[in-house]
Amino acid sequence: MSETATYRNSYLVLILVLIACFFANISLGSVSIPLDEIFNSLINSAKNESWQYIIQNYRLPKAFTAILVGSGLGISGLLMQTLFRNPLAGPFVLGITSGASLGVALVILGAGVFGGFFASLLISKWTIVIAASLGSFLVLLAVLIVSSKVKDTMAILIIGLMFGSITSAVVSVLSYFSSAEQLQQYIFWGFGSLGNLSWNELAIFFIIYCFGILLSILSIKGLNTLLLGENYAKSLGLNIKQSRLLIIIATSLLAGTITAFAGPIAFIGLAVPHLTRQIFNTANHKILLPAVFLFGAIVMLICDSIAQLPASDYTLPINAITSLIGAPVVIWLLVRKRKMVF
Amino acid sequence: MSETNQHIILKTENLSIGYKTKKEETSIASNINIALKKGELIGLVGGNGIGKSTLLRTLTQVQPKLSGAIHLNHKPLETYANIDLAKTMSLVLTETIASKNLSVFELIALGRQPYTNWVGNLSEKDISIINTAIQQTNIDNLKHKKCFELSDGQLQKVMIARALAQDTDLIILDEPTTHLDMYHKVYILKLLQKLVKETGKTILFSSHEIDLAIQLCDTMIVMTKTEVTSDSPCHLIQQGTFNTLFPEDLITFDATTGSFRVKK
Repeated sequence: MSETATYRNSYLVLILVLIACFFANISLGSVSIPLDEIFNSLINSAKNESWQYIIQNYRLPKAFTAILVGSGLGISGLLMQTLFRNPLAGPFVLGITSGASLGVALVILGAGVFGGFFASLLISKWTIVIAASLGSFLVLLAVLIVSSKVKDTMAILIIGLMFGSITSAVVSVLSYFSSAEQLQQYIFWGFGSLGNLSWNELAIFFIIYCFGILLSILSIKGLNTLLLGENYAKSLGLNIKQSRLLIIIATSLLAGTITAFAGPIAFIGLAVPHLTRQIFNTANHKILLPAVFLFGAIVMLICDSIAQLPASDYTLPINAITSLIGAPVVIWLLVRKRKMVF
Repeated sequence: MSETNQHIILKTENLSIGYKTKKEETSIASNINIALKKGELIGLVGGNGIGKSTLLRTLTQVQPKLSGAIHLNHKPLETYANIDLAKTMSLVLTETIASKNLSVFELIALGRQPYTNWVGNLSEKDISIINTAIQQTNIDNLKHKKCFELSDGQLQKVMIARALAQDTDLIILDEPTTHLDMYHKVYILKLLQKLVKETGKTILFSSHEIDLAIQLCDTMIVMTKTEVTSDSPCHLIQQGTFNTLFPEDLITFDATTGSFRVKK
């Protein structure tokens, strides 16, 4: 790995920052827990039982969720931006969020409109997770089937956007007929949330996430070849259709599970790849992929720490924080460097 | 006959090219019989819309032929798998590359993709082939630059180096001299001529620089509305083939200088 060797120091710094952010994230919150107590609670047990409980059952799973969500969204954003050669692409261009929103909307809002079956559904967390997964899976399937009929990769981008429009229109119609309480519940889902995941849920999340990461790693060579454009890639022996499918499945696994478990978290998938490219100044995916993983996890941990509003009882919607913090950073980077690296 | 056959890299027999839809076939050129010999620089010329690009697209298997046969190294072109074709034929296209944030070295290194492992790591052999390609194209000074910092002429040299790194018997270039000034047009074509001599590869390029091609090519393929002729530039001039290239109302071909003149 001679190419990655030159970046070893940068990786090392990022890993240290990630570890620091991880512990800061666990330490900060409505109750501030000192660092040495965190170590104690991880190794055997903390002096304070309620701290031990908070760390084990709330903050630790939340910190891990933040790492998975941030890195997963960053990587799927990177895959989409390269596949579509479009700096505005993100993990959700394939209609994954819109599908998940539709699924969740049907469960939460559908009760008011259809009654019957939907009303009998107990709206638990698992119902929402399953509805979101089913929704994004079905919309993605539709996008994939239609896409297999077109040759041009750009057409897939448009098809994904069109499916997004259709689903959001259906959600609008459902909202129109729903009660204020149901709407509020739906809107709260849309804020995104990293907490509330039990260790069991986290385990399922992690397994699917690993498959997504594995497929992303397998796509590295194809992604680098695609940097030349599809015609050159084909002349280099790349099977375009096969790599395209691999990239799309990797993205769906990552973005799909993240949306199912944590809600539609905006911005990270779009911004983190840009942030990484600006700082690492390369287009080589062998270097970018690990860097995006680290940056995504760090940014998500920082955003979550801020969203907890340390030393207060309030928690802000994570979806608002990611954009509030992230957007100025990307703008600042672009202005400072004066040249967009893509 | 069998001896000359061995030196033929690419050969077409009664090839017809054009576009096929479900309803109809649109033939652009037919009865094409050409042979590209090893170690030759071959120029493909013809007016706009005559089918140069279609011919190149068909020879490189970007689009299917209508009828006839194409043999690459004595095997039918359509029997080649993507990866084997990539080891036999490399391309320089008119389109710009998607990401100009690659460094020159990285871009040329992508030419090694058909040979590298699943993640694309370069072996020592790969690196030495890349360095040879850099030396052959005289771009040592550009090696560490980013592609967006290069001029059109420099980028074209880099793209040629990338094709060289792909280590193929045949290199096909689609209009490599467009967007270049007079000096760089000659520079690029002279470079191709030098590479043919040094490496023994076969290089086919399409171009509108007919007078330059006449001076530099070993063989020329001339496409007109009625036929596709392939011969050495001298023979083609003697046969008056270039006179049939364009409508004669504006320009004529001057056989003594080997160039076109505007009609007064």
